[in-house]
Amino acid sequence: MGVVAAERAPAAARTKGSRKPRFGGWLLWVAVVLIMVFCLFPFYWLINTSLKTGGDLSSANFVPPHPNLDNYSSIFKNDAFVKALRNSVILGVTTTLIALAVGAFAAYALARLRFPMKFLLLAVILSITTFPPIAIAAPIYKLWSDIGLYNRSFSLGLILPDLTFTLPLTIYILTSFFREIPRELEEAALVDGATYFQSFRKVVLPLAAPGLVTAGLLAFIFVWNEFLFAITLTSSADARPVPAAIAFFTGSQQFEVPLGTISAASVVVTVPLIILVLLFQKRIVAGLTAGAVKG
Amino acid sequence: MATAAETVVRPRRRRSGLSERRLAALMISPAVLIILLVAAYPIAYAIWLSLHQYSLIHKGLSRWSGFENYSTALWGDQHQAFWTAFKTTFIFTFISVGLELVLGLAMALAMHQAFRGRGVLRATVLVPWAILTVVTAMTWKTIFDPDLGFANTMLRALHLPGGHVVWLGESGYAMAVMIFADVWKTAPFMALLLLAGLQVIPEDVYDAAKVDGATTWQRFRRITLPLLAPAILVALIFRTLDALRVFDLPYVLTQGANGTTTLSLEAQQTLVNNGIIGLGSALSVLTFATVMLVSFLYIRFVGGNIRALAED
Repeated sequence: MGVVAAERAPAAARTKGSRKPRFGGWLLWVAVVLIMVFCLFPFYWLINTSLKTGGDLSSANFVPPHPNLDNYSSIFKNDAFVKALRNSVILGVTTTLIALAVGAFAAYALARLRFPMKFLLLAVILSITTFPPIAIAAPIYKLWSDIGLYNRSFSLGLILPDLTFTLPLTIYILTSFFREIPRELEEAALVDGATYFQSFRKVVLPLAAPGLVTAGLLAFIFVWNEFLFAITLTSSADARPVPAAIAFFTGSQQFEVPLGTISAASVVVTVPLIILVLLFQKRIVAGLTAGAVKG
Repeated sequence: MATAAETVVRPRRRRSGLSERRLAALMISPAVLIILLVAAYPIAYAIWLSLHQYSLIHKGLSRWSGFENYSTALWGDQHQAFWTAFKTTFIFTFISVGLELVLGLAMALAMHQAFRGRGVLRATVLVPWAILTVVTAMTWKTIFDPDLGFANTMLRALHLPGGHVVWLGESGYAMAVMIFADVWKTAPFMALLLLAGLQVIPEDVYDAAKVDGATTWQRFRRITLPLLAPAILVALIFRTLDALRVFDLPYVLTQGANGTTTLSLEAQQTLVNNGIIGLGSALSVLTFATVMLVSFLYIRFVGGNIRALAED
């Protein structure tokens, strides 16, 4: 429902193009400008800070007086940051692929096959996405210390805890996507002699590709952003993913904060995400509304 | 897996309930196993640990203690820390979710109106959502820095009061900054959810009301709000669940100083900084229980959607 609405509405709006705005035109544009400034200013400020060095950092200029890329070159020489980037990429890709592979099968069964207790299963899956991560972090912290997964390099210890949230999220989003694929296509394949598994692989999966992209993106963004496990289950640069590394830069020295380099690091880890989000904005909004307020 | 798929007898496929169920079981079991491993087992283990005295600092000192950790947290030695964190979490949640609703609704209405700019606007609104929470916190910390921050520099330049406030150094202000950062990051998200709700309200309802001479305010009050109510309610519960779990913001902004220690942060610090696993687990379980009460409401409310997904 949410998905359909998001796709259909702009078309409806276009045909209604002659309609006058409900309140004064100029007031609307003021609102639009305000919203844009509100949303973009902090990010602009971050970029602004990242281009300043030395004494300029202590000025609140809107434009860097002597813009330079020194902060950027220094963070890419910073071992802790480079390792964190590596760890986050490995962690994000691994977790997303596992969640998609396992989640696609489960979602297909939930969307298409008949079996008992489906409602209960979906309700449990959705409620897991609302767990406070701390409830998982306490036992995992103890367990990981016992079995040697605590502070493992490449953020290996974070894959399973991150799956706690990404797998249910993936299943829920994919289930709603799979349900929107017309059953007739599959039935045609079955009549032509395909097995359930073949019809899943050859008919459903290609049609579900947009859903897989959406769920994969949301899972990746979750992992890239995840902080509580990241900070609780790691204690050295070898193991820390990006959010933990950035927080560690910040928290270490209260009075001599390397503001320029932190800002540069923040820009570097944020820009890829913003590009992804802008490229796939329709998919992401559809996925979010499917997961959150579907219908 | 392949064998199960091949055993499906083609001509009887829809009626062969057993093989369909078997296939379903096969397809679902990896997910169920992982969920049991990463969700059910840790929760059960957390409850088990919370019933023990166990500390990483005094190794080997592990003993069954029943509900001692809970009584310590709720009315014993630690009750003040727990209830303060509880209060902080709820104040933060109420104010920020409330502001997010008002601001998100205003933004959604503007986006709904702005035909030409809508694409750009929707992209813009996703930017705060895409920025890592840790980076968000870091950015606002910079902006509210007492000496070098943009906020104070502007206030001083414009000769407005507050130019010398140490924002993160005083309890009321620290909370205000935390709320501000949260509202900035999530009000746009709320706006997107509400926009999706606005887009399904049929236009003719408004046209009819206009013919009947209803004012803009009346149309908003009598048409938009009631028809949007379900979307608003789900968005509210959804955001409330998120706000109750807040951890990243206070951790980065203040490390919990000046009245910003939330439930999650309190539990995490007991656990990691102090190494008190038993009490830390009890605090985690209490946080879990609090959030799950709200989550139950949420699941009940979206039950219709789940049922629609589950029906054959």
